[in-house]
Amino acid sequence: MIVSHLLRYVFEPGFFGSGEVQVAFAVGTVIAVTSAVVGVFTVTRGQSFAGHSLGDISTTGGSGAFLLGVSQFWGYLVLGAAAAAFMELIGVQRRRGRDVATGVVLGAGTGLAALFLYLDTQSSSTTGVSFTILFGSLFAVTGSTAPALIASALLALGTVLVLARVLMLTSLSPDIAAARGVPVRAVGVAYLMALAVSVALSSMIIGAILSTALLIGPAATALRVARGPVRTMAVAAGIGVAAIWIGILLAYDSYYWPPAGRGWPVSFFVVTLTVGGYLISYLRPGPRDDRSRAAEPESPAEEEQVCSPA
Amino acid sequence: MFSGLMMNTWIAATVVAVIAGVVGFFAVLRGSTFAAHAIPNGAFAGAAGADLLGLNALVGLAVFSLAGALGIAALSRRSRHDVATALTFVMMLGVGALFVGWSTEYAAEAYSLLFGEVFGVGTDQVLPIVALGIVAIAAIIVMFRPLMLSSAMPEVAEARGVSGPRMELGFLLVMALATSMTVPVVGALLMFSLMIGPAATARAVTARPMLAMSLSVAIALVTAWIGIVVSYRTNWPLGFFVGVIGAGFFLLGRGWAGVRRWLVVRAAVPA
Repeated sequence: MIVSHLLRYVFEPGFFGSGEVQVAFAVGTVIAVTSAVVGVFTVTRGQSFAGHSLGDISTTGGSGAFLLGVSQFWGYLVLGAAAAAFMELIGVQRRRGRDVATGVVLGAGTGLAALFLYLDTQSSSTTGVSFTILFGSLFAVTGSTAPALIASALLALGTVLVLARVLMLTSLSPDIAAARGVPVRAVGVAYLMALAVSVALSSMIIGAILSTALLIGPAATALRVARGPVRTMAVAAGIGVAAIWIGILLAYDSYYWPPAGRGWPVSFFVVTLTVGGYLISYLRPGPRDDRSRAAEPESPAEEEQVCSPA
Repeated sequence: MFSGLMMNTWIAATVVAVIAGVVGFFAVLRGSTFAAHAIPNGAFAGAAGADLLGLNALVGLAVFSLAGALGIAALSRRSRHDVATALTFVMMLGVGALFVGWSTEYAAEAYSLLFGEVFGVGTDQVLPIVALGIVAIAAIIVMFRPLMLSSAMPEVAEARGVSGPRMELGFLLVMALATSMTVPVVGALLMFSLMIGPAATARAVTARPMLAMSLSVAIALVTAWIGIVVSYRTNWPLGFFVGVIGAGFFLLGRGWAGVRRWLVVRAAVPA
């Protein structure tokens, strides 16, 4: 798991000089920024479940790639994109059937995961493989895949940034967007693909847990405390990067904490930091929060979302 | 295929399919599919914690699935439902990662909690599952009318004095109850597939609630039974067959609904 890898490889003497560590930090930061920015729209559009599911399903691609002997990178990416296409096809774009469509695709995807992991363990007789795939590893990134990885993350980030204005409009009021001649569905598909790519990358590198935490936590917090799309995205990115950096630091310190000698996992710290940040913004609405509430009544954090009868 | 040990599998799978069919129907109706995914999967963290403390895994599963239900219900009062679910879920998994990081030999067991051991159900496990099945179904029957009303027509329910958040909490607690005992047997992933696929199919085929719920149970049973037979023959994991058969049923249901709608439209428009 992440922690043992980190403790073994990262925090030994010469830590900051290690090329592997530099790659991990660079990639981790890129992932945190991408997830946070993409996440602002995921939360606004109410697609958290889809965001999490795409991460889970893309890990299935990882185990499938292991089985076929091809690069895990492409396994994650291809299956994530395919799952997004399926969700779109059976109705993720409609608010009513969205969760159900996501659930059906997720059910089929996890079924495939069970099969692939079973066949993986048949062929290699280790459960360690399945565990790395489920929880991700910062060190699945080798120097050779790092450029392709950063390029795809930037592609996803770029897509979302270019579409930001249209995306915000179609997310908040699809009817007005359609009336203004915005191709709402096409924008939705482009966004879903960007989400799939970003989530596939992050679950490959930091695991499905952290992928969802970094996608939803910083964005949901930023939407409560910041006003305006640009500032919200900036705040979200800042929270995401801070969470992962402090998380790694705390994991390093925790090596000497009880129960001694094993260290605490990075994922625990990052999750606690992001959820804690959200709770602080939630329990103590400061003056900035009130102002944003007055100025931006359409902010989704303010909306009481009632369970929609399907 | 029907020898002593396999009988346990048949009984357990049948009970689990009935629970999944009923609970899943409401999950789909209420749009709580994310919670249906989060509670069983997050509960595994509890099993890891129980393992660490030397307790029975069931205790950990029960504690964590109930905590998950309470967390989702509490956060949903003031945030979006999907954000509340996502954050509760990652928090549970994060704590689970901590427990797994602390313990030394947990990996194989965690794997079996995710994917289940339905072919290794012991006789001592069958009775608790049956008892729990009865409790979960009884709870649903007790709260049936208000739950149905608040799921299908939340505004009407509020007007008649049925508290939406309270029904949500009640429903999530039933789901947590159903989860805590089924997860060690069928696995978190399988439980989710059995809850969603059949219920979504039933909803696509009919809008009548009682018919849809019966259909959901029937499809869940057929899915589980076919899955066991094929899995027994091929030795491939049951979770794969249940996931794929569930998705297949859903596509069939959607296709059938589409054809019927087309026929209705054609009949309504004079040639």
